[in-house]
Amino acid sequence: MSQKTFGNAINDALSTAMDMDDTVFIAGEGVGVSIHNDPNMPTHGLLDKFGRRRVKDTPVSEAAIAGLAVGASCMGLRPIVEIMFFPFITLASDMLVNHAGKLRYMSGGKSSFPLTVRVKAGVGFGAGSQHSDNLEAWVAHSPGLKIVWPATVEDAKGLLLSAIFDPDPVIVVEDMMLYRMKGEFPDADFRTPLGKARVAVPGTDCTVIAYGMALYTAMKAIEPLTEKGISCEVIDLRSLVPLDKTCILESVRKTGRLVVVHEANRFCGFGAELAAMVAEEAFYDLKGPVKRVGAPQIPVPVAPSLEKVFIPGPEDVVRAVLETMAK
Amino acid sequence: MKKRQLTSDFQIQFFSRMVLIRTFEEKIVALCRESHPLPGMQILANGQEAVATGVVSALEPDDIIVSNHRSHGHLLARGADLNSLMAEIMAKADGVNHGKAGTLHLSVPEINAPMTSTVVGAGPPLAVGAAFAQQYQALNGVTVVFFGDGAAAEGSVHEAMNLSGIWKLPILFVCENNGWAGAQRPEEHSAARQIHKRAQGYDMPGRCVDGNDVEAVYHLSLELLEHCRSGKGPAFMETMTYRMRGHGEQDHQHYVNPEELEAWALKCPIIRYRRALLNAGILDKGQIQRIEQDAEAHVAAAVAFGEASPYPESDTAMTDVFVQAFNS
Repeated sequence: MSQKTFGNAINDALSTAMDMDDTVFIAGEGVGVSIHNDPNMPTHGLLDKFGRRRVKDTPVSEAAIAGLAVGASCMGLRPIVEIMFFPFITLASDMLVNHAGKLRYMSGGKSSFPLTVRVKAGVGFGAGSQHSDNLEAWVAHSPGLKIVWPATVEDAKGLLLSAIFDPDPVIVVEDMMLYRMKGEFPDADFRTPLGKARVAVPGTDCTVIAYGMALYTAMKAIEPLTEKGISCEVIDLRSLVPLDKTCILESVRKTGRLVVVHEANRFCGFGAELAAMVAEEAFYDLKGPVKRVGAPQIPVPVAPSLEKVFIPGPEDVVRAVLETMAK
Repeated sequence: MKKRQLTSDFQIQFFSRMVLIRTFEEKIVALCRESHPLPGMQILANGQEAVATGVVSALEPDDIIVSNHRSHGHLLARGADLNSLMAEIMAKADGVNHGKAGTLHLSVPEINAPMTSTVVGAGPPLAVGAAFAQQYQALNGVTVVFFGDGAAAEGSVHEAMNLSGIWKLPILFVCENNGWAGAQRPEEHSAARQIHKRAQGYDMPGRCVDGNDVEAVYHLSLELLEHCRSGKGPAFMETMTYRMRGHGEQDHQHYVNPEELEAWALKCPIIRYRRALLNAGILDKGQIQRIEQDAEAHVAAAVAFGEASPYPESDTAMTDVFVQAFNS
């Protein structure tokens, strides 16, 4: 066990994978020499350790970076490429959506694409809409792509290592707001399986599902709700695709209520899929309406007073839980 | 570089391949006109056979091909199995991609053509990945990517050329300039007419060749492939040819000047080469007839194979998305 940061855990996963397997390489804008000289940044020190053959700084060319991953993985390498900010995935989206996600299917199962895309995400630091949109619903909607979103230091390492050695394309979203969060992770090749959610806090009255940074928003709502005599069961989703329906449905069947929380726009957000899935598969177990907590349908504003309107807070979670509890 | 002396066997092979490609695609034209049309859009490369044959004949077995929506010639020149190719064009179960690719997305890993994309301009970034893998593993192979003059207007092509120029990746960019991007002329989609001159901006050699002269294409390919293989980085070849049919078989070329089409018909790469081989005494009319009959017979057999194959079972629609299937 190491007592370190979320960023260190990602770094450890990358280093472990590269030590284990020479087909693993990393590429992206500033993954070798970064404008940040910060040991909490995920690729810090990897250039010194592994050299220029395996740590590839690229031009500012997201389509070529993603194409590099698709083409190299088709040839048997295990590329890990970085997209610097989630909104920039739009520039890589043809390679990811039309190629990483479809070429295996269109080949009739003959080709495979074991690539990993690390996407740096998160709102809350005044970077504005073109640096802090969360587009996980776009990815999840596209067939052939997996997408995971670690919230804990342990999962930052475990999910990434699983993604790297998974035979299919996996998008790993990293909340930049969590890079400096302290915690522990096991040494060596430690993996968190893809497609397994985690009950972060057990409870009996209302299920609250969140992922990434939003998990901590949900956690902050527990205390005020406990004071009102409401016991929440908080699920750390970890993996959007594959989706752990079993964990979700078991919890909802027990509590009869569901609130989903994410920092992306509520409208057509991933929470809508969770709400619809539960409505289809556990409707008669529900005791109240499913509630979604997310951002309003606006671009992410910059001013702190406006950004606060965008990012859902613990009070929004409390309100949603109280509404579904009809209190 | 000195021209490699071509043996007459090799020249006959060039001719046979071009005839096979033309016969194969003419058969698709015929099938499109029959009562049970092929699924999807049929997009053909009639008139461009010398590019496919010349480039692909210059490749080594381990070299990689990244192709596009006009892929039949590239794959046939590489020796793809006719039966499973035609069955795939018919979207049948015994097709090379089991009915999931159809004519447009044919990928044939067996002949090192594992990635074909119909997204115009998407081939070059994919080629970056394949060529990187060759360089990373010191494989000594080259990746050849075929795209059109229309595709050259895509930003992804710029990104791929720039990155491969920086990293000295072994990529041969083959721009098949067939005179049309959909219904648009070069003056409508290319600010400067000579696309190969863009190569200079990416620190790679850029050359132009008569794309209807199979031997010229072959020789220039060999020269540029040698450049790529020797670690000097990518190269760019523009082949001047002509799209003799519409963009696809639903396009009846109402916008094409018939005189221009007739002029290019006279420059047909197969007619030209037939005449050259006849004049040189390498083939006689009887031999040519046998080559044509041979191609007809192989293509007819492929059509019969495809027709005998069933459409894939409906439950296979759900397979091959991921290596390890899961329910969502």
